Amino acid sequence: MKGIFNAFIGIPTVALGLYLYLLLSRSGPLGYFEFLYTPYGIIIGQCVLVTPIVVSFTTSALESVDPDLRTLARTLGASGLQIDAVVLREAFWGVALAIIAAFNRAFAELGVAMMLGGNIRNLTRVLTTAIALETARGEIALSIALSFILLGIVMSLSIAVSLARRSS
Amino acid sequence: MMMSKIEALDVTKRYDGSLALDRVEVRASYGQVTSIVGVNGAGKTTLLKILAGLDTPSDGKVLIAARQVSPEELRAHCTMVFQKSVMLGGTVYDNVAYGLRVNRTPGRDIPDRVKSALEIVNLDGFEKRKARKLSSGEQQRVAIARALALEREVILIDEPTANLDPANTMVIEQGIKQSARSRAVLLSTHNLPQARRLSDRVIHLYRGRVVEEGEAARFFADPHDERTKLFINGELQF
Repeated sequence: MKGIFNAFIGIPTVALGLYLYLLLSRSGPLGYFEFLYTPYGIIIGQCVLVTPIVVSFTTSALESVDPDLRTLARTLGASGLQIDAVVLREAFWGVALAIIAAFNRAFAELGVAMMLGGNIRNLTRVLTTAIALETARGEIALSIALSFILLGIVMSLSIAVSLARRSS
Repeated sequence: MMMSKIEALDVTKRYDGSLALDRVEVRASYGQVTSIVGVNGAGKTTLLKILAGLDTPSDGKVLIAARQVSPEELRAHCTMVFQKSVMLGGTVYDNVAYGLRVNRTPGRDIPDRVKSALEIVNLDGFEKRKARKLSSGEQQRVAIARALALEREVILIDEPTANLDPANTMVIEQGIKQSARSRAVLLSTHNLPQARRLSDRVIHLYRGRVVEEGEAARFFADPHDERTKLFINGELQF
């Protein structure tokens, strides 16, 4: 199962956007919900995009917890739920990494946001689609400014998590 | 005769057809250190895990104070210290307090019990240190303190000083001796000098069977079984 999710981590966002577009478009099987070109369409697309990252990274984090920890917790009198809680606590930073990686992937990708959101001003325009639009318009200075904001947010989050992990 | 705190009666353990323990009978009494000695693969760890309620016997039963108990009940009476000490994330205090917290010890009692347990293994003042940053000897001492803090009637200790330096070994042995004053301690070791120093009784396990047991002084001075004589002389084959 993990192998399947691993395989989907690197799926091209344009391809995923296209398939989801076909699903959500008016003539598609989910067209009834009219999610295309709405924020919901983007949310659905990003969820599909990041699910493999979250599953794969979280599974790896849980697998990396020393299996003897469960035995230790049992011999100290922990219940099944308390043992699970200990394992989750040990995997905390791995799970945090999964969430940050998923956020960065969703926040910084273009294909799904463009194809499912349509880059509609004040409705579905996000940083990446705005950068693409302003570049196409020749507003390079604005594009660069927006890209700095994008990079700043992505890098700040990653650095904050790294610092928190180091100090824990 | 002292009443046995924990007993294994006719305990057999099979793994995929192979026999790890064969009708083993073991008794450990309150206030004593009982050592289980034997070569690697003799079944010492398997036996301790069964006595700790971490594994179930294929046949036979385990008794606490002459009453047969389930593995769940065993875990309420016993705790085990492993050869490889596993530290929880966090401080030494977090590690020693963990068992008390999950067993719902009143919060006001926890600091004192942690402190007392750490004092026994000469780690007072280490409360705020990160447990995983300690040396392996110090980690093993934390593991013993963690077990002592629970104040269970039986402590099972598996090869506590394997690969440790003499200073840590000495502290751990003192801690084991001290802890045995108020509980039954079962110690698994293939370190014969250590068994001689610590034990009140010794049980020799060989290929899953008890081949000899007795008072420590007699066991080492006058072993009856040929395999025990060979083992004490370091000549017993696996």
